[in-house]
Amino acid sequence: MTVVFLILAVLTTAGMAAAMGLRNLVHCVLALTVGFTGLAALYLELGAQFVGFTQIIVYVGAVAILAVFVIMMTQSAGALTRPSLSSFWVGGSLVAGSVFAVLAWAIFSRVIPRQMLLPEPEVTVHQIGDALMHRFVLPLEIIGLLLTVALIGAVVLAIRERQGMQ
Amino acid sequence: MSSLTSYLLLSALIFSIGLAGALTRRNAILVLIGIELMLNAANLNFLAFWRYGPNPAALTGIMFTIFSISVAAAEAAVGLGIILAVHRHFKTTDLDQMNSMKG
Repeated sequence: MTVVFLILAVLTTAGMAAAMGLRNLVHCVLALTVGFTGLAALYLELGAQFVGFTQIIVYVGAVAILAVFVIMMTQSAGALTRPSLSSFWVGGSLVAGSVFAVLAWAIFSRVIPRQMLLPEPEVTVHQIGDALMHRFVLPLEIIGLLLTVALIGAVVLAIRERQGMQ
Repeated sequence: MSSLTSYLLLSALIFSIGLAGALTRRNAILVLIGIELMLNAANLNFLAFWRYGPNPAALTGIMFTIFSISVAAAEAAVGLGIILAVHRHFKTTDLDQMNSMKG
């Protein structure tokens, strides 16, 4: 466990906790981008450069912006007078806390074998593209189909129905 | 505490934060973001096991993470579209006020 990991872990956790805890929704999404960027830096720390940059492009660049668009379109940014927690918040916090306790217990009770210090794997984009085109070509096609279906489905859901057009 | 243990612990913490947000917040957009956080925790687990596993040259962890990110992006797009459609009907994104299934 290095100092870099500690700093990134604190940044990521703080950003994500703020994203779940703040009252103003726009502030929540801003904190969320901080958390996602910290997570991308953790991926870089793990030696997965491609996934790190994909994380930044997809989450910080697309998902957060999409969330901001929906917040603006539903005008839910200024609604601060109502309580922001649901009526189920005590039970929800208890469930989340106990899930974390069980996970931490499981992690610490397993004796994870001391790994010999592996050399950092050199993964180039060339290798990833090669694997996607040979070994993982069927999942790649299925993901392409899924993304097309999701694109059409999102447009159909979000399009405004006119009078007389069902 | 080995590196793998610390990554797993961080991932469990992120998962619990996302679960707490999804279960306790009233706004539907924040519930969706909480689900995204849980998916991100799973991605961190994939990469940690790939890096400290016995065979990092096989690229399986990276491939799993790339496909998982794609599925999460599709889920976010469809989920936000559903929130827009529901908002058009109920005029709110407050989950406590969406209490009827009849349209």
